[in-house]
Amino acid sequence: MSENKDHLYIDTSYTPVEYDPQYILMVNNLKKYFPIKGGMFSRTVGYVKAVDGITFNIKRGTTMGLVGESGCGKTTTGRTILRLSGEKTAGQVLFNGKEVYDFTDKEMRAMRTKMQIIFQDPFSSLQPRMPVGEIIGEAVREHGVVPPAEYEDYIEKVMDDCGLQSFQKDRYPHEFSGGQRQRICIARALALNPEFVVCDDPVSALDVSIQAQIINLLNDLQESRKLTYLFISHDLSVVEHISDSVGVMYLGDLVEYGETKDIFGHPLHPYTEALFSAIPIPDPNAKMNRIVLEGSIPSPANPPKGCKFHTRCAKCMEICKHETPCQKEIEPGHFVVCHLYDNVKGIGEE
Amino acid sequence: MRKYVIKRLLLSVLILVLVTLLIYGLMRALPTSYIEAIARQKSQQPGSRSYEEWMELLTASYGFDKGILAGYLSWAKEALKLNFGDSWFYTVPVTEKFNSVIWTSFTMSAISMFFEIAIAIPLGIIAATHQYQRADNIISVIAIAGISLPTFFFASLLKLVFSVKLGWFDLYGMIGRNYEQLDAFGKFLDKAHHMVLPIVTLVVISIGGLMRYTRTNMLEVMNADYIRTARAKGVSEKKVIYHHAFRNTLIPLVTIIGGSLPGLFSGAQITETLYGIQGIGLTSFNAMVAGDIPFSMFYLTFMAVLTLLGNLIADILYAVVDPRVRIA
Repeated sequence: MSENKDHLYIDTSYTPVEYDPQYILMVNNLKKYFPIKGGMFSRTVGYVKAVDGITFNIKRGTTMGLVGESGCGKTTTGRTILRLSGEKTAGQVLFNGKEVYDFTDKEMRAMRTKMQIIFQDPFSSLQPRMPVGEIIGEAVREHGVVPPAEYEDYIEKVMDDCGLQSFQKDRYPHEFSGGQRQRICIARALALNPEFVVCDDPVSALDVSIQAQIINLLNDLQESRKLTYLFISHDLSVVEHISDSVGVMYLGDLVEYGETKDIFGHPLHPYTEALFSAIPIPDPNAKMNRIVLEGSIPSPANPPKGCKFHTRCAKCMEICKHETPCQKEIEPGHFVVCHLYDNVKGIGEE
Repeated sequence: MRKYVIKRLLLSVLILVLVTLLIYGLMRALPTSYIEAIARQKSQQPGSRSYEEWMELLTASYGFDKGILAGYLSWAKEALKLNFGDSWFYTVPVTEKFNSVIWTSFTMSAISMFFEIAIAIPLGIIAATHQYQRADNIISVIAIAGISLPTFFFASLLKLVFSVKLGWFDLYGMIGRNYEQLDAFGKFLDKAHHMVLPIVTLVVISIGGLMRYTRTNMLEVMNADYIRTARAKGVSEKKVIYHHAFRNTLIPLVTIIGGSLPGLFSGAQITETLYGIQGIGLTSFNAMVAGDIPFSMFYLTFMAVLTLLGNLIADILYAVVDPRVRIA
């Protein structure tokens, strides 16, 4: 490989993981790069490393929260897991032990009933020229989720479950409010009777009182339908409320992940600490110990060498500038990617 | 909705009055007039009156003695009674001449419009769904070529290749030499045969625009969030494209196609002239060159009505295809 092509090199190597039945979803070293086209013949001149090798597992029936600032790759992670943004660049996505990217188009379409997504923006993600009943029911018919005779009743039941009234079936999306539209999105996803739902920041476009309703609706539905969620959000309070485990992303990396109480109780990664110090405390007298990060988030097209966070880290060491840290399990189920813990003996290490 | 249509119709009437006044004024203001040509012709005949005498005679009988406004009013008065007078150039009633040529133009336009839609829209969809891929690039080059080719050049090229070199078609005209000897079906075939090149010309020239329009609108829709939703539902790609994406592209398409429907009657002046097709385009062109005010007034007024009607149809169709407009 010639010298000037180095930045185009993609490391696609990973150690395959064994399927563990307690996990509905296993993500192993997943990468999603978007090519940057440039020059006269639109050659690839670089990559935006939106998701740059992340590893995590989600247990059946639990909720994993995924947090991070804007542009850190949360949404891309969600979409890449569901194979909604083209091909992955590298890594594994095992859903119930099967590699999602190995499915043929036809198998993938069938799998879509098992894994669903609720998008962030309930205004643009609903087809404007379809009545709501059809939006919810189209795929139900397509996949034959219920026998045709029960179809109408089924749609009405799903709408009812999601707090919509069945007479609204023939209305068009523009006749609904934001909260109702998000309910339609949820009903649409759940009508397929999925096992796993990616909630891509489903409440950020809604106002606070509606947010609470939607969160509670999601919680209720999880209980009644035994759902597993990947809950993507930049709202830390919401994530703390809804999640069993939490992953923290920074510039395409999953810097830390573990049980919610561990992550919020004693965060290990300096970025997580800084992020959580920004949660407002509803008490005017409380003194906030905010850790203010210097500078802005670096470009994912040209991330810093070594640890990507070293340019803004308060605890930056010499090694951070040269060597990329590895994921390490510090306590059971609590993983961190940081050189600060190089000398701490991780779980399962000799 | 009804209120809106009525309002639009009333507005259209006002526009029509102003447009016809303008056209009449322009026709009268032309540097040469029909009667000057006639007078010059007649005065040159042996033993005839002089040019000035002829002018005096003709001015009154052709209504050139009135001012522009007065002339317009008397034209408008008759036009309101749907009496458009006799054509000076063709020396038959305007409407009779119009009737005898319009259907040729209409047939030609309707057939080429059918092909235009049937070719351009699928091509546009293919180009959009294969954006920046080979298919898209090839289609786009063809479309740009179609848009950029001047009609007269392309028509001449077709004639050179298919009439002169290959001898498949006649150079000019609507019927062959032995038309009269053919039976009914043979006559039909002969006419169809002579229509091929003009229609090919019209189609090739026009598909580019509609195709680009389809592609642009389709691309915009394909990037919309609800298309991602449709994919996430596990709906087949064909359904995603035709059921979800294309349906949303229909609004601007129906609007533009509906708006161009009245254009079916307007004829294709350049193409008709080049191929010697006795349609409304060629007929009105000859009338205009000769300074035939009654015929030109009728044709241009007719065009103005068509344009206004086209816009109105487009706006109404817009409301029909978009449920959001329908309610309002």
